[in-house]
Amino acid sequence: MGEMLSVKNINVFYGSIHAIRDVSFYVNEGEIVTLIGANGAGKTTTMHAISGLLKLERGEIDYCGHVISKMEAHKIIRLGLAQVPEGRRVFSGLTVQQNLQMGAYTRKDGKEAVQNDFDMVFDLLPRLKERRNQPAGTLSGGEQQMLAIGRALMCKPKMLLLDEPSMGLSPLLVKEIFKIIRDVNRNGVTVLLVEQNAKMALEIANRAYVLETGTIKMEGEATELANNIEVRKAYLGAQ
Amino acid sequence: MQFLTYLINGISLGSVYALIALGYTMVYGIAKMLNFAHGDVIMIGSYVVFFAFGSFGLNPIVSVLLSMVVCTILGITIERVAYRPLRGAPSLAVLITAIGVSYLLQQVAQLLWKSDPKSFKSVVGLQPVSMFGGQLVISGETIVTIAACIVIMIALTLFINHTSTGHAMLAVSEDRGAAQLMGVNVNATISLTFAIGSALAAVAGALLCSSYPTLQPTTGAMPGIKAFVAAVFGGIGSIPGAFIGGILLGVIENLSKAYISTQLSDAIVFMVLIVVLLVKPTGLLGKKINVKV
Ligand SMILES: Nc1ncnc2c1ncn2[C@@H]1O[C@H](COP(=O)(O)OP(=O)(O)O)[C@@H](O)[C@H]1O
Ligand SMILES: [Mg+2]
Repeated sequence: MGEMLSVKNINVFYGSIHAIRDVSFYVNEGEIVTLIGANGAGKTTTMHAISGLLKLERGEIDYCGHVISKMEAHKIIRLGLAQVPEGRRVFSGLTVQQNLQMGAYTRKDGKEAVQNDFDMVFDLLPRLKERRNQPAGTLSGGEQQMLAIGRALMCKPKMLLLDEPSMGLSPLLVKEIFKIIRDVNRNGVTVLLVEQNAKMALEIANRAYVLETGTIKMEGEATELANNIEVRKAYLGAQ
Repeated sequence: MQFLTYLINGISLGSVYALIALGYTMVYGIAKMLNFAHGDVIMIGSYVVFFAFGSFGLNPIVSVLLSMVVCTILGITIERVAYRPLRGAPSLAVLITAIGVSYLLQQVAQLLWKSDPKSFKSVVGLQPVSMFGGQLVISGETIVTIAACIVIMIALTLFINHTSTGHAMLAVSEDRGAAQLMGVNVNATISLTFAIGSALAAVAGALLCSSYPTLQPTTGAMPGIKAFVAAVFGGIGSIPGAFIGGILLGVIENLSKAYISTQLSDAIVFMVLIVVLLVKPTGLLGKKINVKV
């Protein structure tokens, strides 16, 4: 149950904008860790840096014994580190089935194994099964989010990064999505969850970090942070 | 019957435009850039066929295959050397580079092969087909060009829609970042796109020069621009759009040459484009760009 992901003093720039400053955190195998923070805090930037979509200026990211911060994105996923990106980003012109197949793009373990995972995903997300031949662009927001999660699961990840999966969804759907995340974690997938919805995220997480304008402001057990006065004021709407 | 002849020849010319337009539209869809050197790749390919078939007397099919190989390597090299370093740069910089590459290819051709027009020996051995008691004669070139275009369109459509590499191309064209998160190697996908576009350009060049048998370093320029127009006309980024745009453009051009004016035919072609874009800015089959919130 060692450290699976360690982010060490990373710095990320957009041109001259210093978006992430010396951010460090870690995720242990089997955990759900959440990174909470307001809009523009740098959550997505951090996720993109981990997945290799953005390059670091300084610092290092290690995952399962590999230094991934110098690796290309398409190689990082092959190590079993998948991301459900912010805004879902399903391939709207492809069908549900084809989107899931794209998720299995890196798989080399044969049709049968992939078919098993189709069944697993359809089991977990039955709504996708009904709509398997529909273009992803015609799905509702909640269904697209489920597709994005299912697609990421199709690569058999060891670790899943989720960037604001509750964004723009009704409270009922948010509940459903969080239940799915918990199920995925129980099936052995380590989860790093980015959220603005701090209340829900702190409920399912083991540990949490608070990100503010590109730096980690607080960290601790999720229950601890949920009771912290500052967190309650800033992120949980307490007076 | 006269009309039918013009129409069929227009479809044949349009087939060439369609093949070239595929290169523009696929590169635009996947690499998000306009490769203005594409027309000149056609010219280089035609010279390869000219020498292989015309001078060295190789088998015509072997000559065209050789030209496809040369153009594929050329296309991949151009992307690698000139465009890849500019990935992420402003699109204007990429556009100007592409125009620079276009001139470079023309100048190199001029240095190597001089600017005097060469007369190109047709690679098509098929005899003309005569119908309706000789009232309608269709040349072998016309038949082969149309047939090649149809076969290539079908093959390409099957490849894109029914293989995992094809789906990866669609994914990259829709959302490069998300495709990378699926494990798609974007650079390799872009190289493949240039390879396919350039190989098709080689075929288009051989067919074009077989029907219009003069070859010089500027031969690729005008068909290149017209095919670009065809791609925009059909909706840039759309493969069926390139096909329909190319055919329509060829037909409009040929009919206006026949019934309106030879000199004005190009002007008419561009006027039609302007009208289409005024009515439907994304082209005939172009998709509306989805704005994500
Ligand atoms: N492509 C970009 N170019 C320039 N600045 C950006 C870009 N993306 C994000 N930023 C800036 O970086 C900071 C962090 O953004 P982001 O990581 O998207 O925050 P979050 O996901 O926490 O809302 C913000 O100030 C944002 O304006
Ligand atoms: Mg974000």
